[in-house]
Amino acid sequence: MLSRTADCLFWLARYMERAGNIARGLEVASRMASVAGDEAGEEEVWRSLLVAAGCDYGFFEKHERAVQDKVVHWLVFDEENPSAIASCLAAGRSNARSVRTALTVAMWSTLNDTWNELRKLPPAATEGEKLPGFLEWVRERVLLFNGAAHDTMLRDEAKLFVQLGTMLERADCTSRLLDVRHEILEPTADGAVAHAQWQALLRSVSAGRAYQWVYRDRLQPKKIAELLILRPELPRSLMACLSDVAQTLETIAVGQGGRRGECHRLAGELQSRLHYGRIDGILKGGMHEFLTEMIERTAVLGSEIEAFYIKA
Amino acid sequence: MAACATGPGRDALRQMIATVRTRKDPSPVHATPVAYDEMLGLANQVPPAAAYAQIERWLANTPREELLRKRGEAELLFRRIGITFAVYGEGGDPERLIPFDIIPRILAQAEWQRLATGLTQRVRALNAFLADVYGGKEIIRAGKIPEALVVQNEARRPIMAGFKPPGGIYTHISGIDLVRTGPDKFYVLEDNCRTPSGVSYMLENREAMLRLFPRLCHRHRIAPVAHYPEELLTTLKEAAPPNCPGEPNVVLLTPGPFNSAYYEHCFLADEMGIEVVEGADLLVQDKRVYMRTTAGPKRVDVIYRRIDDEFLDPQVFREDSLVGVPGLMSAYLAGNVALANAPGGGIADDKAIYPYVPDMVRFYLGEEPLIANVPTYLCERDDDRKYVLEHLDELVVKLCKGSGGYGMLVGPHATAAERADFADRIKAKPGDYIAQPTLALSTCPTLVEAGVAPRHVDLRPFVLSGKDVRIVPGGLTRVALREGSLVVNSSQGGGTKDTWVLEGEGPLEAAISQEQQQC
Repeated sequence: MLSRTADCLFWLARYMERAGNIARGLEVASRMASVAGDEAGEEEVWRSLLVAAGCDYGFFEKHERAVQDKVVHWLVFDEENPSAIASCLAAGRSNARSVRTALTVAMWSTLNDTWNELRKLPPAATEGEKLPGFLEWVRERVLLFNGAAHDTMLRDEAKLFVQLGTMLERADCTSRLLDVRHEILEPTADGAVAHAQWQALLRSVSAGRAYQWVYRDRLQPKKIAELLILRPELPRSLMACLSDVAQTLETIAVGQGGRRGECHRLAGELQSRLHYGRIDGILKGGMHEFLTEMIERTAVLGSEIEAFYIKA
Repeated sequence: MAACATGPGRDALRQMIATVRTRKDPSPVHATPVAYDEMLGLANQVPPAAAYAQIERWLANTPREELLRKRGEAELLFRRIGITFAVYGEGGDPERLIPFDIIPRILAQAEWQRLATGLTQRVRALNAFLADVYGGKEIIRAGKIPEALVVQNEARRPIMAGFKPPGGIYTHISGIDLVRTGPDKFYVLEDNCRTPSGVSYMLENREAMLRLFPRLCHRHRIAPVAHYPEELLTTLKEAAPPNCPGEPNVVLLTPGPFNSAYYEHCFLADEMGIEVVEGADLLVQDKRVYMRTTAGPKRVDVIYRRIDDEFLDPQVFREDSLVGVPGLMSAYLAGNVALANAPGGGIADDKAIYPYVPDMVRFYLGEEPLIANVPTYLCERDDDRKYVLEHLDELVVKLCKGSGGYGMLVGPHATAAERADFADRIKAKPGDYIAQPTLALSTCPTLVEAGVAPRHVDLRPFVLSGKDVRIVPGGLTRVALREGSLVVNSSQGGGTKDTWVLEGEGPLEAAISQEQQQC
């Protein structure tokens, strides 16, 4: 496949996943803000969402305080923010447009319709009580896009690069969501205060019910951390996402007669660490340190994939 | 026939068409002569042209609202597929639909056979001319064409001198624009030997008609066109360099999504199952062309390029080209990759060279041209220029380098001020202009808001030259939708029609029951 096509598909998938992840982050944050109790607590919730989304610098250049309507606008509509949902959709669409022949009609029309609808929305569409409905719509559109990709794409390299983009972005998102909340998962956290936050964290990765199915137990910080980092059953855990990346890279390599590079080695290394890792060990070494490293290594993996397949 | 009583009926249909045809031309000096209507002839003949018998009945029996509804359906179809054409510099949404007229333009099998033979002849002569211009220049030595016209021509690419592309073919894909003024009178209006576009509309128009009017299509036994992409791919493979091992890797080179014909580039590549590449996807190493793939560089053998000569290779042509491939020409001249069409083919379709094409046919093939040229005055010649300046109100004046209907004066429809302006321009740069008589272009029944009316049409068949010359029956019919307008270009408010070449003698007689269902 043309490298440019692979590049566009990889980034198209990343942008779509990112748009969905921003919507998830906003859903959780608005829920947590409503139970935060005081103004300072509320601001902390919004600030940590900005950090998790990796766009706090840009925000604070423009605004002084992290208050709800400013943060929501920044993360949904503001064109100066490359991670805003609108920016992600626009970037995804422009990637898609330049590889129209590599996309299926179902993928293109889902993306194009979403982009068109969002463009027509007035800023008031995310105000107050309308916010949850809007965020749900975004998540649904991303689900529809992923479903279209899964159901309609030919089983060839094009689909594998879409898969790589989605999974790498998803791994990155889970690490970041966990990292900004790592204090509430430390063994020292106060259970009574943290319970609502634990719930919110699980919800942000659609894992509220999953926790119960896997552990059948009261919420415990250690188990939450284990679920989100190490359990292969949870579709958004680091383990699930990164082993998917490793397998996808392997499938591509097999299809190319065994051609492999640094990205394959690194993906395998990350997968093994998660596969053979224990949660006690991670907590002992410090969860923040572990997650920071995972975020970094995931980014390196992304560049290595690009270096090997796209920019070679 | 009772079920069909809501149609206008034959008399009313003829009345509608006749009213428009006899309306006074708004231009005060010379009225455009009455045009030949491809359905009704010059004088509303009864019966209509045999090929149109069924169409006339269909139009007479179908209510206007029904036709308009079908047109709406067609538009929806085109919008959904995303067939757009970009018009820049006029403000508004640049992504526009080319209007599609649901009434087909029909050619009888015999008419088409004559055209096909003439087109084959013409394109063979054009290829022979190109080989000669970049080779021995015999036609110049024989005094058939002035040397200056060739040597000083901007479309000539000196780098091509002495190089012979595989098979001696330069223009693999030619779009020959034809116009008609009478039952047997076809003229070549211009040749396109660079990167002619529009073939995707020919294909999509047929798809739309088959979907909208399956019965009508069936009854007409239309020669199919859907195999065009296969014929094109075969032609491109035949262009591969002789040293190409095995199955040639063919790609389509596009300037990118902002090009007006980007949709067509993707469409054709998709139909042929080949990659659409941009300049940056290709690289040249040791005079060989490769495309960057996820599995490393992959050799490219044939490039169906849809970018202009000037932008192909910044090392040879325009240095500022960002859409080209540095080193491409070195690989081409080394015989390691084929380009279709060959660079420098523009000299064969240049408007100043055009008047000499009939002589080329005689010179290279020893045959009389089967399709005539439109008589053309070269403003560069003193006698011609004098005549042109005296008869500006009768002539169409064209810029030699212009395309898409820009830089053109339609004398009878122009104001005195516009004519004066063109007179000045001609005097300043006579070599840039040619002039032709205003032809009474044929008309075809066309759906307009008020009902059915005659509108002027032209025809662009696509001629493929490989080991053989291949022509898919028909081509793209363009129609000037504005009443009285002679300009069919899509950038100037033109639309398109499906072009039907009938197999056998003519349409099948419809049984009454079918007729009613059709309504």
